[in-house]
Amino acid sequence: MPDVPRPPVTDWATDFDHTHPDYAASAPEIWDELRETCPVAHTERFGGAWLPTRHEDVARIAKDTDNFSSQGIIVTDWRPDVPRPMGYAPPITSDPPFHAIARGLLLQFFSPKAIDGWEATARATCRELIAEIKASGTDLVDGAADYAQHIPVRVIADMLDLPREDGDKFRVFIHRIMEEPGQNQVLDYEDTLEAYLSRKIIERRENLGDDLISYLCNADVEGMALEDRHIFGTIALLIIAGIDTTWSGIGSSIWHLAQNPVDRKRWLTDPEVRPFALEEFLRFYAPVTMARLVAEDVEVGGCPMKEGDWTLLPFPSANRDPEAFDNADEFVIDRQRNRHTAFGLGIHRCVGSNLARMEMRVAIEEWMDAFPDFELADPESVTWSTGQVRGPRAMSIRITS
Amino acid sequence: MPTVKIKYDRDACQGHNRCYMLAPELFDTDDEGYAILLVEGDVPAELEEKARLAADNCPEFAIEIID
Ligand code: HEM
Ligand code: SF4
Repeated sequence: MPDVPRPPVTDWATDFDHTHPDYAASAPEIWDELRETCPVAHTERFGGAWLPTRHEDVARIAKDTDNFSSQGIIVTDWRPDVPRPMGYAPPITSDPPFHAIARGLLLQFFSPKAIDGWEATARATCRELIAEIKASGTDLVDGAADYAQHIPVRVIADMLDLPREDGDKFRVFIHRIMEEPGQNQVLDYEDTLEAYLSRKIIERRENLGDDLISYLCNADVEGMALEDRHIFGTIALLIIAGIDTTWSGIGSSIWHLAQNPVDRKRWLTDPEVRPFALEEFLRFYAPVTMARLVAEDVEVGGCPMKEGDWTLLPFPSANRDPEAFDNADEFVIDRQRNRHTAFGLGIHRCVGSNLARMEMRVAIEEWMDAFPDFELADPESVTWSTGQVRGPRAMSIRITS
Repeated sequence: MPTVKIKYDRDACQGHNRCYMLAPELFDTDDEGYAILLVEGDVPAELEEKARLAADNCPEFAIEIID
């Protein structure tokens, strides 16, 4: 919980606050309203920030790496102090030309064919979780906390060859970084992601394997080994970027299915609809909003953005823009034209998109096979995360079949 | 019977892999996850619909169908 409650928002066009609980509760309505009335909203909070809501403006900013820097991608009251072009978590915080190097190191591990090799791990994880739920002997289950959140943790732990039991630690680290940015917390260094990973990297160097951490420890770029802060930043990123996000994607999909028996039936009876349904979950419930720092004064949608301002990149809002999608505000399970932007646009396209898709698909398949009928036990009690990753965090489900 | 061709822009492609998932007969992916166009010239008539599907779902507008 925030130390100081955030002042209420009086006007979303001139004083928005995407970390406010009101935003978490009704972000889609806020985007729709702004798109019609003030497509690029502004706030003095966070030292000055913008919120473009149209697909066109979001795409333009994502592709313009000259005027917009990735040095900061989570909006905070301060500005990041790790210099360009690497930033603190390459490649997500990197700018060209360094970005391509940092990203290039990862791509081969996350290509569709490489990810096929992890499907069995994801499926086994889902089945273990479902067996635990069934063994608990109740018809009430928290679809977010007891199911969705564990799936990405276990797969990334295996890819990095870290103990799965450390998954609980990862979630605490991530929660602090993603959902409570900018809160002055006094932490014991030993209890930080940095201390944890630094220890692991030292251990790994002495005992290399064929995992991703070992690969980065061994990698060289033009004859030079990677700097320690690069290795640390990238591993931290893989943990942070892959867990909250995928957890949110799986959770939102279950939330939707719980309330839409027709879509449940279609998923179960028509396997050919599933690839389209998956992309529609990603469009309609896109979990991730990124941010950029304005590197040079520039105008977007008629608004003067100044060097040092933040701008959010709300991919979920772009995904609901009626200019870019037919019936944008409707969930259409078999949508055929769906150029959604859930994984971003341009050079920072989510490196983990093939992994995330596979995990979401397997998680929904296994859940639906085990529990073909279910509903929200108490719709009012579902809580959504605040900040730049959006998904259900507590979601009591009643299994009815 | 009029035929269509596919124009694939490697510079615009960011490896979302939507094309490979929807139309593996027409698109493969390389080791880094970027698309490889598998047909040169005319698209076989039975794959035309899939070609359009791939184009319509590429978030980067990297695929164009030339009628
Ligand atoms: C549903 C789940 C996910 C969503 C919606 C998502 C979304 C995104 C988005 C929108 C970006 C673009 C960032 C930007 O433009 O600044 C991104 C970047 C990234 N994501 Fe994901 N992500 C997901 C899962 C994952 C997973 C599972 C991993 C890996 C374990 C991952 C790793 C990354 C990395 C490394 C980047 C940085 C790419 C770069 O800057 O070149 N993500 N993600
Ligand atoms: S869908 Fe578009 S961006 Fe993605 S791999 Fe295919 S051509 Fe490239």
